[in-house]
Amino acid sequence: MHIDLSQWHPIASSDDLPLRHVYQGQLYGRELAAWRADDNFVNVWENRCLHRGVRLSIGLNEGRELRCLYHGWRYANGTAGCTYIPAHPADAPARTICNNTYKAIEAHGLIWSSVDPTEDFTAPDVLEGRESLALRPIPVSAAPDLALKHALTYRFTSNGSTAENTASDAKNGSYVMLTHDGDHMLLFVQPIDADRSVLRGILIDPKGDQMALLRHHNTGLSALRDVIEADAATLEAPAPIEVSYSQVDADLATMPARAKSGPKAELRVKVSQKSLTSNGVMSFRLESLKGQLPTVQPGAHIDVHMPNGMSRQYSLTNGPGEPDHYTIGVKLEPDSRGGSECMHNAVQVGDILAISAPRANFPLRRDATHTILVAGGIGITPMLAMAQALKAQDLPFQLHYFAQSEEHLSFRPILDDLGENLNTHLGLSPDETGAALRETLASYAYANHLYICGPGPMLEATRTIADEQGWPEESVHFEYFKNTKIIDDSSTFEVALARSALTLQVPAGKSILEVLQENGLETPSSCEQGACGTCLATVIEGEPDHQDVYLSDGEKASNTKILTCVSRSKSKRLVLDI
Amino acid sequence: MYGENDQLKNDWHVVCPMEVLASGQVRETALMGQAIYVRRLSDNQATVTESETGRELPVQIKYNFIWACLGTPERDIVHIPEAFEDDRIIVAGGSFGVKASGLRVVENFLDMGHFPFVHTGWLGEEPHTEVAPYEANVTDDDEILATECYFYQPTASPTAEGGIMVEYVYRVYRPYMVALYKTNPTFDGRKDYIVLFIQPVGPEECVAHTYLCYLDDGMGPDKLRWFMQLIFAQDKPILENQLPHKLPLSPRAETPIRADKVAILYRRWLHDHNISYGAIPISAQEEKLYAY
Repeated sequence: MHIDLSQWHPIASSDDLPLRHVYQGQLYGRELAAWRADDNFVNVWENRCLHRGVRLSIGLNEGRELRCLYHGWRYANGTAGCTYIPAHPADAPARTICNNTYKAIEAHGLIWSSVDPTEDFTAPDVLEGRESLALRPIPVSAAPDLALKHALTYRFTSNGSTAENTASDAKNGSYVMLTHDGDHMLLFVQPIDADRSVLRGILIDPKGDQMALLRHHNTGLSALRDVIEADAATLEAPAPIEVSYSQVDADLATMPARAKSGPKAELRVKVSQKSLTSNGVMSFRLESLKGQLPTVQPGAHIDVHMPNGMSRQYSLTNGPGEPDHYTIGVKLEPDSRGGSECMHNAVQVGDILAISAPRANFPLRRDATHTILVAGGIGITPMLAMAQALKAQDLPFQLHYFAQSEEHLSFRPILDDLGENLNTHLGLSPDETGAALRETLASYAYANHLYICGPGPMLEATRTIADEQGWPEESVHFEYFKNTKIIDDSSTFEVALARSALTLQVPAGKSILEVLQENGLETPSSCEQGACGTCLATVIEGEPDHQDVYLSDGEKASNTKILTCVSRSKSKRLVLDI
Repeated sequence: MYGENDQLKNDWHVVCPMEVLASGQVRETALMGQAIYVRRLSDNQATVTESETGRELPVQIKYNFIWACLGTPERDIVHIPEAFEDDRIIVAGGSFGVKASGLRVVENFLDMGHFPFVHTGWLGEEPHTEVAPYEANVTDDDEILATECYFYQPTASPTAEGGIMVEYVYRVYRPYMVALYKTNPTFDGRKDYIVLFIQPVGPEECVAHTYLCYLDDGMGPDKLRWFMQLIFAQDKPILENQLPHKLPLSPRAETPIRADKVAILYRRWLHDHNISYGAIPISAQEEKLYAY
């Protein structure tokens, strides 16, 4: 059989992908799961969940994400990246967990895809600028080559009358063009397997009643099928195509490789929109220059590298299923050290920025019976991502947004969509804020979770109130903008790296992170002030001197984790799992 | 036909529950691709013969199931103490044909993460989806044991009233034989017991024979069977939609997570025992990467 995996083929009719459906297709023996997201993006994926191989075509199309039926893993529209693993609700899935996808295009009433394309899809020239009508597909139990040979014999007229004198022309091995009296019809053969095909016809500039035309060709192509299958019955059936499944990334199967050192800037994005979203807060829409942006999980942040050489961390406000851009909100700080000032004034629409891939250090659990989100000021940004994820899944939650005034409420269109899930608290004094929080957090129940992001004092107050009112520490999740503590880096100690079999001295005035990086160990970091959690390491032995604002008190007391960018050691020696 | 699967060939496998055959009745089935006739005789005996050759296979009746061996039996059928405890209801819970490798059925049986999604309202319920860390080890007897497995279940048994945190112990005795011990809310310290005797019909086809040894809280055998059949009927469509239908042993074939600790161990144990029937073995060049 003639196999050209680089060729584009129609794999479904547009009608096969109605709202919230997942369609099972096949090309050269490979099963496909095709689904249309609510934003109309057509996804064509390998038909198996990478976790345990269950067909995604029996999964649930939730509009923005596809959910596997077996363990509820969620995969994002567009990227097919895993956004949530219910068995581990407190962890963000590794960025690299991603189903295998195929390129897909919707055109002329059909969905087109290719196993291994070398070029972008181009429709036959004859379709250019013309009306078209996709005919009902006719499955045929015969080899594609055989079906194609017989397709040349199909008779056609544009109005469905008895056909004669059709000229036919085989095109590049996958379809024929039929011509009658200046009118054209294309007849494609979709190779399902070595012994199975689908005939997919397109009428160009159809004339007359569409239903009559569809009926006419349904009869005609069904008769053609009988001819092809009768011929196939005289031949030996070819063996089915052997399909081997690609392997998952080695780092998913073994110990994950550590990420490269320092703040990362592996992506290039273009500023496609910049607008004031509230008093003092600028929103930026960032679009990929090339290829698809990595999948976003709610609560994730990116490092943005600015024209002035500085880098800053900003939370993404993206809801689920928005694969084509990232949105961030930047508040102009009155005492800006140059970061927000540069973003507000120097960065313009059309500029190219270097950013890191999203880091999900503030993950959202979705196994809560009720979730409370508390945002103060610009702390709204990660909460917007979380609120939209919860809303899309119809999970119970309330977002409490504390701001100075109506004019200080950012991202109004998103807020408006939240409806009754949103509570705004405007212009409250610190005491009034405390009272409002006490009311909000009045009752804790099993499996409730609280997320807080806001200015340091408000965050501290919220954590204290939650604690006083019986919220267990493991139910309270928070993200500080920055670490305002003064870091005491006067101690000297020894760091032993268990996996690297290295012992290093950390002198006064240098962080563990700096010493690791100086010694050539690849250590990821982002904010480098103990707020974001990127440089987190596991402590095997020794007593850390915690100076960060990322870990909870319980995590700090357990002495099992350390943020290497600011924290140090109380013991003479610290053993880390690096 | 058996290749390197001598261990399986020489193992005992259930080929039919005793109670579904009347005296003198014959049933045709298959074991590892070999068509066989199972005949129940009078006086509680049975014979198993290869359909093609008429060769008579070694047979035992145990736990009220008919067991056969394709080769030469090297070890006896596993002893199950629970089956001899007087205060248990002991029933065959149904034999379920599945168009998938029996090894996939074992792995699904060892899995808690799917409870809220596949057994919704019974063995699990959103939002309680977390699989807490548990222990999984190979014992001195070369069995796999998973302990300290806890999961929230809304309706853990046919007579359960309200949700409870259930404790499981999982035990893989042989490649195609797996059991669990599960909290029974009315009996402190003792557990219900379910075992699957899986008959490998073909590499991508099996029959899961279920055998239940429940502590008798008065529910009766009918309700027990009904519950087992309800649960298995929920698993079957998932099992038959797993691609590939055989269990891949390569650590890079699928994406394990912490919750799959016992499944990872099971795959490695199968690999170490050179089991390839119903499995996709690891290629030689990949072998050296085989380090979890």
